[in-house]
Amino acid sequence: MEHPVVPVKTYVSVFAALMVLTALTVYVAFIDFGHGLLNDLVAMTIAVIKAMLVLVIFMHLKYSARILWLIAGSSVVWLMVMIGLTLTDYRSREWIESQLHRAAPWTSGPAIEQPAEPAASGH
Amino acid sequence: MSDSRPHYLAHHFDHLEQQKQSATLGIWLFLITEVMFFGGLFLGYIVYRGLYPEAWHLGSGKLDITLGAINTVVLIFSSLTMAMAVRSAQVGSRKGCAHYLMATIILGSTFLGIKAIEYGHKFFPGPDSHYYLVPGAKFHLESPVADQVQIFFSFYFTMTGMHAIHMIIGIGILLWLYVKALKGNYHEHYYNPVEVTGLYWHFVDIVWIFLFPLLYLIGRH
Repeated sequence: MEHPVVPVKTYVSVFAALMVLTALTVYVAFIDFGHGLLNDLVAMTIAVIKAMLVLVIFMHLKYSARILWLIAGSSVVWLMVMIGLTLTDYRSREWIESQLHRAAPWTSGPAIEQPAEPAASGH
Repeated sequence: MSDSRPHYLAHHFDHLEQQKQSATLGIWLFLITEVMFFGGLFLGYIVYRGLYPEAWHLGSGKLDITLGAINTVVLIFSSLTMAMAVRSAQVGSRKGCAHYLMATIILGSTFLGIKAIEYGHKFFPGPDSHYYLVPGAKFHLESPVADQVQIFFSFYFTMTGMHAIHMIIGIGILLWLYVKALKGNYHEHYYNPVEVTGLYWHFVDIVWIFLFPLLYLIGRH
């Protein structure tokens, strides 16, 4: 698939947009959104938009064969599998640990037998 | 069989279009492996930041946000000149292609120069307020979580260092392309090497687009 020559104007516009977004991400980094996660969300949203601009225009994805869209998209899938599965482990460890040492909420009695009183075995 | 094949069409391809598609497909597959490579570093960053949020906050605050932002601008500008180098070849401007390649080389080197200054601040702390921030026996920071901040700086040096190595390799390839471009090797019928190097260069730019906020901008609010 022959891709067309992209007008200079398009490249310059994308560059300008990237500059604006860079300024924006620095600016919003100094604003407190009340929760740290919100700041991260805003910063990552801007970064993803910037990356998309580079991918679609500078890297010519817009003008490329669909197979390249599939390949580019697949990298996101593999990345999400790696990050997602790893975090389900790290982020659940504390919770699982706490469940092992506590009565399960759906039972009436203690889940783990308490050791017998030392006095009972003293005879 | 009399051969009317252009010399820039490799013998194992039927035609130029096939050659071009193969080259593009190949570099994209390589870039996927690069995504996973840097992805591993980002994953480590996420896990440890989850464990030591305070230290990440503190460590990030020790980085020079001005130099980081200037470098972001420089690198994105180099992506523009790279895209223009490809475009020049596409429209048959052999000189333009060489000039834009040189512009990209200069901007890439500028990025590395600024990066070196930043590293210098960590390796050779000044007399006033700077701490020695290179992980290891001499790491020095007055903080109860200094050990954890050291882990942040391990990530900082590994991630920016791997990024810088990618740029050094990229500049090496660009220099080679520049010499070829000066000879007029790239034109509207054949510019695969420029296009493919461009894709690699833009990818390295994207890595920085994520590194900049994650390293320099967290915990500024």
